[in-house]
Amino acid sequence: MAEAPKVPEKKVAPPSGPPDPPPPADKAPPAFVATLQAALPGAVVATSYWVGDWTIIAEASRILDVATHLRDGSDAAFDMCSDVTATDWPPRAERFDVVYMLYSTRHRHRIRVKVKVGEHQPHASVSGIWPAANWFEREIYDMFGVNFTGHPDRRRILMPDDWQGFPQRKDYPLEGPGELLMENPLDWLRLKQARDQADIE
Amino acid sequence: MQPPAVHHGAMFDTDELVINMGPQHPSTHGVLRVVLRLDGEKVVNADVVIGYLHRGIEKLSENRNWTQIILLTDRMDYVAAATSNVGYCETVEKLLSLEVPRRARYVRTILCELQRIASHCLWIGTHAMDIGAMTVFLYAFRERELILDLFEEYCGARLTYNSMRIGGLPLEIPPGWDKKVLEFCKIMDSKIDEYETLLTHNRIWLERTKGVGVIGGPEAVALGMCGPALRGSGVPRDVRKDEPYAAYDEMEFDVPIGTAGDTYDRYLVRIEEFRQSLRIIRQATQGIPEGPIVGKVPRLIKPPAGETYHAIESPKGELGYFIVSDGKSTNPYRFRVRPPSFCNLQALPRLVRGHLVADVVALIGSIDIVLGEVDR
Repeated sequence: MAEAPKVPEKKVAPPSGPPDPPPPADKAPPAFVATLQAALPGAVVATSYWVGDWTIIAEASRILDVATHLRDGSDAAFDMCSDVTATDWPPRAERFDVVYMLYSTRHRHRIRVKVKVGEHQPHASVSGIWPAANWFEREIYDMFGVNFTGHPDRRRILMPDDWQGFPQRKDYPLEGPGELLMENPLDWLRLKQARDQADIE
Repeated sequence: MQPPAVHHGAMFDTDELVINMGPQHPSTHGVLRVVLRLDGEKVVNADVVIGYLHRGIEKLSENRNWTQIILLTDRMDYVAAATSNVGYCETVEKLLSLEVPRRARYVRTILCELQRIASHCLWIGTHAMDIGAMTVFLYAFRERELILDLFEEYCGARLTYNSMRIGGLPLEIPPGWDKKVLEFCKIMDSKIDEYETLLTHNRIWLERTKGVGVIGGPEAVALGMCGPALRGSGVPRDVRKDEPYAAYDEMEFDVPIGTAGDTYDRYLVRIEEFRQSLRIIRQATQGIPEGPIVGKVPRLIKPPAGETYHAIESPKGELGYFIVSDGKSTNPYRFRVRPPSFCNLQALPRLVRGHLVADVVALIGSIDIVLGEVDR
């Protein structure tokens, strides 16, 4: 028998991180970024500009200093933490990007702060600086398993308390939990791959 | 009766009572569970338990192509589906750096504002019914029906519209539809006065809402509150004004704000928003420009690699989308929604502290939550 036709499968290598394009030469970052860099040397790794949004890529270990400065600095005055979320980039060593969307009701400007966090690396919670971050960080913990420290109430928020695994991770299967998955997602994945292989043959 | 399990596992004093409200309580507007710690009839603390309606829309969206996601956004805030559609489509348009025709932006504005009125109708009806005024519910649903009819005529659906496309709108507006919208505005004008006659100076209403759940502006901002709930505390934050989208930069309207930051002020803000929405609808309907309804959109939508956050003002507050594209596949790499109800609900324990059990119901109504959006 001839070899079974291969199921066409477009496998693209998973991206290892966001592109974070540097700002164009004629685009100067907002003034508060320079103030932040001067006040906390070394805390800002890079700045990025894409479709009208400014992003500060900061050092994860100094997130509390950066956040406090951005909230209290008179030219920044980011009193509102619009959103905190995370992105999973599995091939990277520090696999998570924790992203803070900040807004200032006084100056009416926005900034995005991004830090890289490893899977088991403790990461300081900003809920002491913006109480709004409390539930957002609970959701990140629930969905990605980012290890927040100093969080007043670190419980799961959307999934049941006894849930195994972190659903928003890229290696968590979409199809949902089988019996096996509840115990170990990786076993379930191996089983599924074996079944797919059998189907092709 | 055994008290329900509380997650903290903390020991409570014997003179405090723990009661469980929801998830099947009629005035929690869906499947919200609030665990209340009571001292007599006073609420000492509240623990909000959510997640009963979690359908994994974010995860699901990361496995669907860009166009298929639009109908998932309908299912988040199901009483204001059109605004969720607009928010998503505009975020993708921002990623694609796509120009949307002016006509499409105008029609989007009309649909968004009609949706705001429909959502506020539902809010005033259920909020008043929770507090005990049954009549308002019947009145408000009568007007909501008119809006649903307008939506049905536009796109065929009454609740989950799927009424936007990336780059514009799927359909041209039906002939004569704009006249019907203007007619509706005329009817609605007098109906708002009717609601106000029933509530604004009603003794019982004043007793139940004045001074209940007072929160100051800076504290509300820090807690991440948004939309009418934040404006009731006197913070003039409206995405339509601060970061205009659709055709709001061409519209003339005011942003009503409250002074006291209590349930009554949040009510007044929304009542005024009815009027401002009608004002916007009138301007937009009379000024719909000629031209195409959908822009030049590639057949296969594949935004270049990058990420963006875009926010719009949904009837509940700031609805934000954070989308990451990897530039290679036909689905988003990361799809995140910042639901306004989620953030407002976070402030609920702070609002109910020190109030009576009966006020909890008033406060849940006052922050106007939709659980489909909280849990996604």
